[in-house]
Amino acid sequence: MSENRSQKTYMLNMGPQHPAMHGVVRLVLELSGERIVDAEAEIGYLHRAFEKHAENETWNNVVPWTDRLNYVSPLINNVGYALAVEKLSGIDVPERGQYIRVIACEISRITDHLTCIGASSMELGAFTVFLYMIKAREYLYQLVDNLTGARITTAFTRVGGVKGDLPADFAEKFASIAKEVRTAVAESDKLLTRNRIFMDRMEGTGRISKEDVIAYGITGPFLRSTGVPYDVRRSHPYAVYDKLDFEIPVGTSGDNYDRYLCRMAEIEQSLRLVEQCLKQIPAGKHSLEPKEIKYAYEIQDAGKHGDTALLAKYQAKVDQTLAGMSKDDEANTRVLDRKITLPAKETTYGNIEGLMNHFELVMWSWGVRIPPSETYFAVEGGNGELGFHIVSDGGDGPYRVRCRPPCLFPMAALKKLLVGGSIADVIPTFGSVNMIAGELDR
Amino acid sequence: MSDMSLRGERRDVSPSVVVQEFSKLRDEGYNMLVDMTCVDYMPQKKSPRFDVIYRLMKLDALSGQDLGRLEVHCAVDETPVLHSVKDIYPNADWLEREVWDMFGVKFADRPDIKRLLMYEEFVGHALRKDYPIAQRQPLIGPKSGDKAGSPSFNILHPTITGE
Repeated sequence: MSENRSQKTYMLNMGPQHPAMHGVVRLVLELSGERIVDAEAEIGYLHRAFEKHAENETWNNVVPWTDRLNYVSPLINNVGYALAVEKLSGIDVPERGQYIRVIACEISRITDHLTCIGASSMELGAFTVFLYMIKAREYLYQLVDNLTGARITTAFTRVGGVKGDLPADFAEKFASIAKEVRTAVAESDKLLTRNRIFMDRMEGTGRISKEDVIAYGITGPFLRSTGVPYDVRRSHPYAVYDKLDFEIPVGTSGDNYDRYLCRMAEIEQSLRLVEQCLKQIPAGKHSLEPKEIKYAYEIQDAGKHGDTALLAKYQAKVDQTLAGMSKDDEANTRVLDRKITLPAKETTYGNIEGLMNHFELVMWSWGVRIPPSETYFAVEGGNGELGFHIVSDGGDGPYRVRCRPPCLFPMAALKKLLVGGSIADVIPTFGSVNMIAGELDR
Repeated sequence: MSDMSLRGERRDVSPSVVVQEFSKLRDEGYNMLVDMTCVDYMPQKKSPRFDVIYRLMKLDALSGQDLGRLEVHCAVDETPVLHSVKDIYPNADWLEREVWDMFGVKFADRPDIKRLLMYEEFVGHALRKDYPIAQRQPLIGPKSGDKAGSPSFNILHPTITGE
């Protein structure tokens, strides 16, 4: 009788909507008592056909779609896509633009890691850490808001550059925010790293070997926690990463605790990277005298009244979402090729050539054209190698865009991670996978 | 940032020998299947229609260096000639499911392959070029068997009544 009972297994359904599932995903677990005998993940609940939509958009119009891939680090997706398209067409972005991209990427990496650690520690009962980390993340989102005009739906890059230059007092703001982030990380470190409850839940759970992690194609902090220091920023330096100094934190045992430590260490490295960038970045002409700025409509009205002298004299004050797109910014941040990037706002508003140029780039079936070719480019996302395989048929939009979602691979290996553990281990293991449904399901 | 560093050399492999080829490559040191995807060349009237792309990497576990990449192309059409490589690279399981789901590329030794992103009742393969972007599919009913559109389907049944 007792023997029969011990052999009996039962199924447990976690999700699609469960407080400890990051997003909508379903786990079907087969349990024997509290032990997990078998596990299967069912994904696709957040499938929004990114790849299909991308085929029906122009090259630049895909950028807002990429925000919705990994929505806690949208800037890395923007940059990854833009770099892939630029590689396809052989465009080189001005250096200041490249530095701005790296700054944007590293800020996003910090928000990604803060969210991952904050959310998964909350699920283990450490609600205070969640509040600390989300507070720090909110400061960074404000910075992203200043830079791009939006907290999450950033759509910051363009083919051939970025939307705009850094806002005027960006470096000072970052310095004070970096202090806040470091405080939050230090406080969370004190609360978690040597915490008995936390260590009991994290140490030794969700362990995976070096061989398995490579066989499953897993990259990012997950791979590094097993002791393999692979990082796309180091192996295939893109933008200006080869000019920057950073360390690649690695773990030893490949368990949840090591993944937590890797992410904590990477936050500090990313902060260092942004600080170096802000020091090294070539000077831009970001010193507008307020008296030279007039509202765009004032310039437009002046033009209509024939006062064309005013057009050259003043810069247009534009909406915040268009900030940084003026004449002085464009040479530093965008390729000055009128077949690729939009003209400065003064030109668009101020003369007919600029207006036509603008329309030719945004009109249906006009715009940027890239000769028929095929490429793959990858950047280091928050979760690992974020790749874009892009095929062009010579049209004004991609023929095919494939996004290699970094969190798909640990999700495919989830069975390996969970089987043998207890049901309580699902929570920290799944938290450290850092599944982002937007990226996983596309 | 050369073109070759992340893509590696291109190699065209006949779909009938894909398993042998991959086990050979694995022995050569390509230990990671980085990605697998497919491109539908129907509008360009290419034959065979699909180009299945495998992306391999030699990853040195000690130094973490990428020792070389390879891009393996397999031209296939709808007949199930391609074989699964999931016994060589375990992550190919999900990637093949996605390729089947989105393109309808069949795998000869996986006749009952399951969709990855879409639901089982979905008709067609969404990333094929002849699948219209605005295509609508009927709502699927609940497991109880109620048909979509039947009077009992999608009616909210209040759990708390006024009593």
